[in-house]
Amino acid sequence: MAMTNAAAPRFAIRTRTPVSTIAAVCCVVLVVVLAALPFFAGRSVMQNMFFILTMLSLAQFWNLLAGYSGLISVGQQAFVGLGAYLLFAWTILGGVDPVLAIVLSGAIAALVALPTSFLVFRLKGAYFAVGTWVVAEVFRLILAQVKILGGGTGTALPKEATNDAAFVQWIVQMTGERAAVARDKADYWLALILAIGAIGLVYGLLRSRRGLALAAIRDNEAASGSVGVDATRMKRLVYVVSAFGAGMTGALIYLAKARISPDAAFSLIDWTAFVFFIVIIGGIATIEGPIVGVLIFWLIQNELSSFGSVYLMLLGALAIIVMLFFPKGVWGTLAERFDLHLFPIRRSLEFASAAGDPKSSPAVEEEISHD
Amino acid sequence: MILELRDLSKSFGALKAADAISFDVPEGEALGIIGPNGAGKSTLFSLVSGALAPSAGRVLLDGRDVTRASAQQRCVAGIGRSHQIPAPFEKLTVFENLLVAACFGRGKREAEVVESCGEVLEATGLLSKANRLAGSLSLLDRKRLEMARALATQPRLLLLDEIAGGLTEGECQELVAAIRKIHASGTTIIWIEHIVHALLAVVSRLVVLNFGRLIAQGDPREVMDSAQVREIYLGSPI
Repeated sequence: MAMTNAAAPRFAIRTRTPVSTIAAVCCVVLVVVLAALPFFAGRSVMQNMFFILTMLSLAQFWNLLAGYSGLISVGQQAFVGLGAYLLFAWTILGGVDPVLAIVLSGAIAALVALPTSFLVFRLKGAYFAVGTWVVAEVFRLILAQVKILGGGTGTALPKEATNDAAFVQWIVQMTGERAAVARDKADYWLALILAIGAIGLVYGLLRSRRGLALAAIRDNEAASGSVGVDATRMKRLVYVVSAFGAGMTGALIYLAKARISPDAAFSLIDWTAFVFFIVIIGGIATIEGPIVGVLIFWLIQNELSSFGSVYLMLLGALAIIVMLFFPKGVWGTLAERFDLHLFPIRRSLEFASAAGDPKSSPAVEEEISHD
Repeated sequence: MILELRDLSKSFGALKAADAISFDVPEGEALGIIGPNGAGKSTLFSLVSGALAPSAGRVLLDGRDVTRASAQQRCVAGIGRSHQIPAPFEKLTVFENLLVAACFGRGKREAEVVESCGEVLEATGLLSKANRLAGSLSLLDRKRLEMARALATQPRLLLLDEIAGGLTEGECQELVAAIRKIHASGTTIIWIEHIVHALLAVVSRLVVLNFGRLIAQGDPREVMDSAQVREIYLGSPI
């Protein structure tokens, strides 16, 4: 429109809400507390937290893929396993520092995801899901052939990559603890950075204009094309970013485990089914959902894992019940009832504050009409 | 010529929804398209906007062949369209619907397009509903949103598909005034419409389609008075 007056903008975007400001402050406090946790918590807490944080990272990236982009993959273990094996390759064969190796492993997983996307994107819906699973199986079978990384039986990390790693030794010098204890702390801090990074990356993507494009594609893919959104390119971006995240998380998980085998690294149950459960229970297509979901999952696993395989049946039954009666998950249901959004992405149009009377704001006028 | 159609055809099985349609649209023109239901008008728009691939023929934009270009590429190249059956992004607000169109249609950042989005909302009478979910709008407002979203991409060629249906006389006049203003600002317009008096208040040329074929074109009054058009709409004299 020709009459745009650059000197006095009449309109403004608002995304922040009072609740989200409070949530942001709480987040900062929580991050500080979590960062300081190793100084006053024991080893078992570290190990539990490591599990929670790494599963949370996987859940955030799977949620980006399935929840926000409609790409229901059941093959993210392809990139978890690939990242894990790449970590072993970098450290064992290349002598690379494990912390650097985690990032490199994620980057290569993303590079591999790019050509893979051209293959699996030929498939839609359920076929896409099956296709991603097949890809994961192919990766598993290929890595089982790599004799130098242990072939079908797997291999272990050398001491240089675990207790003697630079990061661990630095903690040993700072705190004077045994290397095994320091390693748990190192793994925990890395997992914390990864989880914060995962949330930050996903939230940043949704807050950017690409987030709008993803929502438009989800609502009406054909119409999104007619307003200039390249749906395939957006989905490819999400697929590659998710592979990057899954690859780094896989690398970190197996840095902590220090022992790898193809069957474990490419496990459908561990790296996709559980993640699926976490996201569904917590609330798909919300940032908060996976956080709530991973805590519920951890509680259930702690309480029920002694029941053996019955525990998996209970987990499955619970997921089905939630899908039937609370399809938006625990957080999604709460968020809807109380209009609660800790990580808001809704952009509201307002009159710029200079215009004066806040009553004239379209936002104020219509705020309650989200019917 | 901003748009040139060369023997454009589209078949759905045995049905020829577009049958060797050729015409040119000079830059700055306001062109009307009429024809009975099922004449292939919306199909023609889908072929021009890239939502459908033609079975044969070519589409040229600014003399450049865009027949193989995707809808997304054609939008960025300057074609904006409204959908006959409104296709809003339902879980986004009205404002966000425009925001995504403005950002991706023109390759800009959100902050750069807020003003123009606000102005389009104002011009289309949607400002008071800016922050409502598009899925909660009435049919009338959905149609308004169709036009607003197409405008947000700042098209050089705007395709409007039956946006006047269901409007009251007063609303219809407002719509005509709005479209004339868009046209006056230099946008080329192709408008499919059954409400002929609204159409004739804007367009300077009329194209008539029937059974996928272009059967008449020219001065709106002459075309409307021609025996061929009367026959289509009223039947042949006994």
